[in-house]
Amino acid sequence: MTHDSFVQSLFRSRNLVIGVGMTAVFAIAALVSLIWTPYDVTQLAIANKMQTPSATHWFGTDHFGRDILSMLMVGAQTSIAVAFIAVGIGMGIGVPLGLTAAARRGGVLDEIIMRGNDLVFAFPSLVIAIMITALFGPSAVNAIIAIGIFNIPVFARLSRGAALPLWTRDFIMSARVAGKGAARISVEHILPNIFNLLIVQGTIQFSLGILAEAGLSYVGLGAQPPIPSWGRMLAESQTLISIAPHLALFPGCTILLTVLGLNLAGDGLRDLLDPRIRRTGR
Amino acid sequence: MLYYAVKRLGSLCISLIIASLVIFTCIEIVPGDPASFMLGINAQPDTIAALREELGLNQSLTQRYFGWVGGLLTGDLGTSYTYRSPVSEIVADRIAISLPLAIYALSLTVLIAFPVGLIAASKRGSVTDVSVMGATQLGIAIPNFWFAMLMVLIFAINLRWFSAGGFPGWDAGFWVAMKALTLPAIALALPQASILSRVMRSSLLDTLSEDYVRTARAKGLTRRQVMWRHALRNALIPVLTIIGLQFSFLLAGAIIIENVFFLPGLGRLVFQAITQRDLIVVESVIMLLVFAVIVVNFLVDLAYAWVDPRLRVQS
Repeated sequence: MTHDSFVQSLFRSRNLVIGVGMTAVFAIAALVSLIWTPYDVTQLAIANKMQTPSATHWFGTDHFGRDILSMLMVGAQTSIAVAFIAVGIGMGIGVPLGLTAAARRGGVLDEIIMRGNDLVFAFPSLVIAIMITALFGPSAVNAIIAIGIFNIPVFARLSRGAALPLWTRDFIMSARVAGKGAARISVEHILPNIFNLLIVQGTIQFSLGILAEAGLSYVGLGAQPPIPSWGRMLAESQTLISIAPHLALFPGCTILLTVLGLNLAGDGLRDLLDPRIRRTGR
Repeated sequence: MLYYAVKRLGSLCISLIIASLVIFTCIEIVPGDPASFMLGINAQPDTIAALREELGLNQSLTQRYFGWVGGLLTGDLGTSYTYRSPVSEIVADRIAISLPLAIYALSLTVLIAFPVGLIAASKRGSVTDVSVMGATQLGIAIPNFWFAMLMVLIFAINLRWFSAGGFPGWDAGFWVAMKALTLPAIALALPQASILSRVMRSSLLDTLSEDYVRTARAKGLTRRQVMWRHALRNALIPVLTIIGLQFSFLLAGAIIIENVFFLPGLGRLVFQAITQRDLIVVESVIMLLVFAVIVVNFLVDLAYAWVDPRLRVQS
């Protein structure tokens, strides 16, 4: 594909442009909040509590009078950091494990890796988080570890499952005849062929990571006060939902739009990167 | 098939043993002395000594582990430190809510996802396909506990069709109880159904672009015939994987959703147990959840081999 047509299809992919745009808004909000927020999120102003959206407070104020927009901006840092590191942990460990298992399919190593995976997989991220919290107390770091561990078998299973049928294909056979070893075939031939699947799964896991972080902080197992987090804002709004629905509306919409943007970006990327889709113009 | 099943059963047992070792290590060895951990820093030494005696902490680690596993096998999970009643009784009460909730949600998921994925795939590129896929994007992105809160606001607080939370118990009648589980089950099912619809669609599309499908079309089968006889069965393999993955999401999700609706299920139990540092309850509930996931994965593997004979021949 020439450079021109690559750029063309980049802009033809509406999903990608919208998705990256939405994701960028939240990423920029998170970055800006590092140096500036409209109001100080640690400042309580009970006199201003539960104000509806206005020119001075675009998204209103919470039950302590804190500016909701500022809290959402700072909360974005936590969400993005937790999800990003957790996907990194999952991919970095899971994909090599899955590819190794597929290359040694039917062997002892395959069996050990896959049973190990089943074992880790048997612990849902929330259960891991519960175990860690029961012992060490709740924190954002524990949330990262819990979600990251949970991502490992997801990527390992996916890459093994996708690689297995490829190993029976003719082009792999010819690579073997050409004298390439299993590791080299995995990296040179299997990995590019499962790359689109990994991207799609990576996006799903990233957005799931954001959702999981929100869920964990909602039940009090994630980032602790005073660090603002989207999930805890929702938890605090729950009892007030009938008198001040905006307290629940804005954090919820923020999570929804962030995750939606990421998913659209992932879909767009897949369309752009998958040679099969590109060739057939699907 | 039988050989395959027996072999998988063997690894199921190994997984369970290793899982129990991991949980035992994390809960009973990592905190140092569980008795002083549970009682906190202000506890008197004689209270700690009494609890150590009660929990059997004066025995060796091996004795404690085998005692615990033996108890699990015979249904004796020990006595809860805070509730002062047998853990197995407390857990059984809670499972009577959490398990029906998970099954209800999983059924909704499959009932929604299969037809939706099938329709979207067979009408690829149409307005139906695009709008269905748009809707599933929203379904995946929405945090289910927030969706649950919105449903409570609309259907419980404003319209008063459902109660805002709580569980009347199965004694109140099957339909009354199911009604109380309906909003939680919808909240749990929505994101999972969206994910599964998309997997179903893309898996069908992948299968439909295979050579054997083209051959089947070339020999005169209609698109519908090809879909039902050739594509569907092959497309089910990734779908099964995802259903297996989803069960653990449903279990984990149920823990959070139970909090939204104040349902006295396993999730609420384990959170209360954490704040009360009741390690005996935490340990049992975690083992139970993990057991459920391992068994479901075993069943998914069997289903795999049933759908795809190549897998059982290979192994």
